[in-house]
Amino acid sequence: MESSHGDKGAVFERTRGRFDRIGDPALKAITFSAAALAVTILGLIAYELVRGSRLAFDRFGLGFLTSQTWDAIHNQFGALSLIFGTAVTAILAIAIATPLAIAIALFLTELAPKPVRALLGALVEMLAAIPSVILGLWGILVLGPFVQNQIEPFLSSTLGFLPFFRGQHSGTGILTAILILTIMVVPIVASVTRELFTTVPSELREGALALGATRWEMVRGVLLPAARPGILAAVALGFGRAVGEAMAVLMVSGSTIGIHLSLFSHTDTLAARIAGQYNGSGTNLQTSSLVYLATILLVISLAVNIGAQLLIRPIDRRPRGRRIALDRALETQGMSAD
Amino acid sequence: MPEPVFSLRTSGRLRRRQLVSRMMGALAFGAALLAVAVLAIVVVSVASRGASALSLDFFTKSQAQGFNPSGGGILFAIVGSGVIVGIATLMALPLGVLVAIYVSELAPPRLARVARLALDITNGIPTIVIGIFVFTLIVVAHGQSALAGSLALAIIMVPLIARATEEVLLLVPSAQREASLALGVSRWRTTFSVVVPSAMGGVLTGTTLAIARAAGETAPLLFLTSLGANSYADANPLHPLQSMTYVIFTYSDLSDPASQAKAWATAFTLMCFVLVTSLAAKLAMARYRKKLGG
Amino acid sequence: MEAIRTRIDLAGQGRSSAAGEREAVFEARDVSVFYGDQKAIDSVNIEIYQRLITAIIGPSGCGKSTFIRTLNRMTDLVPSARLTGELRYRGIDLYGPRVDAVEVRRRIGMVFQKPNPFPKSIYDNVAYGLRILGMKKDLDERVEKALHAAALWDEVKDRLKDSALGLSGGQQQRLCIARAIAVEPEVILLDEPASALDPIATSAIEDLMHELKRDYTLVIVTHNMQQAARVADMTAFFGLDVSPDGSRQGVLVEYDETEKIFTNPSDKRTEGYVTGRFG
Repeated sequence: MESSHGDKGAVFERTRGRFDRIGDPALKAITFSAAALAVTILGLIAYELVRGSRLAFDRFGLGFLTSQTWDAIHNQFGALSLIFGTAVTAILAIAIATPLAIAIALFLTELAPKPVRALLGALVEMLAAIPSVILGLWGILVLGPFVQNQIEPFLSSTLGFLPFFRGQHSGTGILTAILILTIMVVPIVASVTRELFTTVPSELREGALALGATRWEMVRGVLLPAARPGILAAVALGFGRAVGEAMAVLMVSGSTIGIHLSLFSHTDTLAARIAGQYNGSGTNLQTSSLVYLATILLVISLAVNIGAQLLIRPIDRRPRGRRIALDRALETQGMSAD
Repeated sequence: MPEPVFSLRTSGRLRRRQLVSRMMGALAFGAALLAVAVLAIVVVSVASRGASALSLDFFTKSQAQGFNPSGGGILFAIVGSGVIVGIATLMALPLGVLVAIYVSELAPPRLARVARLALDITNGIPTIVIGIFVFTLIVVAHGQSALAGSLALAIIMVPLIARATEEVLLLVPSAQREASLALGVSRWRTTFSVVVPSAMGGVLTGTTLAIARAAGETAPLLFLTSLGANSYADANPLHPLQSMTYVIFTYSDLSDPASQAKAWATAFTLMCFVLVTSLAAKLAMARYRKKLGG
Repeated sequence: MEAIRTRIDLAGQGRSSAAGEREAVFEARDVSVFYGDQKAIDSVNIEIYQRLITAIIGPSGCGKSTFIRTLNRMTDLVPSARLTGELRYRGIDLYGPRVDAVEVRRRIGMVFQKPNPFPKSIYDNVAYGLRILGMKKDLDERVEKALHAAALWDEVKDRLKDSALGLSGGQQQRLCIARAIAVEPEVILLDEPASALDPIATSAIEDLMHELKRDYTLVIVTHNMQQAARVADMTAFFGLDVSPDGSRQGVLVEYDETEKIFTNPSDKRTEGYVTGRFG
């Protein structure tokens, strides 16, 4: 066979068609652009939001964050009342949801008989799939009256001496919003936590039980501590959801500006206020203020998101098998563990 | 020598510990029961109120003329939702798959990390914020349109599709890739003729889940494709179009029973669609994972 | 309850048995273990004696691990597992109706094949069982005592608060032993305790077992015959029986003093295994 001196590589090149040859770099270029686009969009979102809030920022500055006013007539806007509403509803919702979610996850992984597990797990995930506007509809027309006629009176009569349970019973407001948010957040935290529990190796469980621990002692002393970082990440995820929820909260919160102590009082959140003003705001300033609100919301959700990522990163260093399983856990919510 | 009497029964301190353990178990069971109960209550509420307002007219007629909301149906809301979500899928599917291919097959680890992080962050952004983004980007200058709505939904869908695709791509055994490459088949051909076909099932189920999610979104659409939407006969993506979620939202606000009935009926229809497709997709995904040995 | 005494009759040997006057801590009569409908172990009759090291050897799949787990009711963790026959611990039926498995496991400790320290500090690992049992007085002393007994104290005394996961494999295993000892069991079961360890760590564990024998009854499952020969006083050989319908069960083939098992086994199958002809 004739050997080619010099350009030996050419022997191999000649056998591939031109089309084939450009395929590899082309694929790389195309997919890279796709990825670059995805990253760019994120940057673009931040840029556009900042640009859109320029007007309001120039007018109100950071004082926007400390002003309670939202007055379309006098063109005075401020976010404090909304920040308060967001904080109260989201924090209380996650406070109620987390123990419930962990309990559900524990039930699914430790106590439920095998055939029930898959079914129950699917039902819990279905709760997460219900569109928020439908939950909002149910919230106004079904939950609201129930809260108004049963729960609020009950709370008034038993705990009415506390400032948190005073005021008119209307069925809308902070309490109802918290309830709806809890319903939305529980399945999220529960599914992630449940997958997380399955990643804890059975040797750890067996080790504890073999020492003569009861099942609860094993859970409390070994299982929960081992899963703690992941649980925190799951909670962060749920919190992010609660903070960002617009529709359901809009429908049940009463859309009222003002900071009050009572859980029965009407309120509004950042997301809900933005959504509520879709009908067209009067002035450019008002529109810009809405975008300003959106920017604040973006900052909060970025902070929560990145916080969750940081919590996950230490877990990343654990052995491969565990990481894949954690990946699976977060993926139920469309995230990766990277 | 006689052995001291002892027993292995529960007693004293152990009895208390066992009691605590059992109580905790009961609480866990209660929590699970509560979750299922809430699901049942919501679904039954929507179903009972919604199903009774359904009729053939509901699906085939457009909204009634004038102020009288009774009679007529949501045909064009269904059409609108279909157009908006459909176009969003057309945008999001190729983008999501391409990003996933890049991240899982072609990217250096650092860049892959950045891309994944970006997707995760985007996934966590409240949908209302994404709506406002598209609003300032397009609507301020050009007015509302279904396309704008599709863009927002696409942004929401891409991370979901990319993640699902990446997972199935990783599930394809590397032995298959290696076999193809060892035969002298180029990288890109391998990707498209060996890897992607294997992963197709997963991509489809991931997309279906994303569609179910997008179909249920309202917040982004409010600013992008709601006002002045011609509820009578329109499917032009350049115009703002009605959507089912928007119908639910607006009718929920009205206090007359006919409007509320319409809201429930629409909610019931949407809920059925979303729940059935989500469940089916998840089942398919689980079976698919098992098949690929995940 | 009267102590149960048994003499092993070494017919024709004329030697006094090591187990001679010892109590039987475990007594199994016709014990079979099922997973659902499948029989894993068939009809075991055995007595395990106090403060001896009893080794269970045999080819893989013969039910050694399953059998040892019946001794502390760890088989309960498998929902389909069932035990028939009678398994007594110091005269009490372990599977009796009122017996609490948690109490059983406190008295009969277990060390696993793969060291499984909790993701906690060294101190907290050992203290875990103590805290649960309310033995909180003199916690420090008890932890130290357990670590001494596991021959680990000197190596960790200056870093008790460090994570247990930072220890080497052999150290982790000794930590697991310390953890088990801390709750003051009467028996320690060891399921292939050294198979995941290197030879040096293995011999450390074996030396430790000789020490522990003074205070505890030990039962060890091992696939390493030499280890059994080195360490055990009594050895039980489990084999695989194939029943007419083709299913396989583990059976106790022969049980005797270690020396006899290895030098002059009575059963052909035992002979085949220990001389390496199969398994």
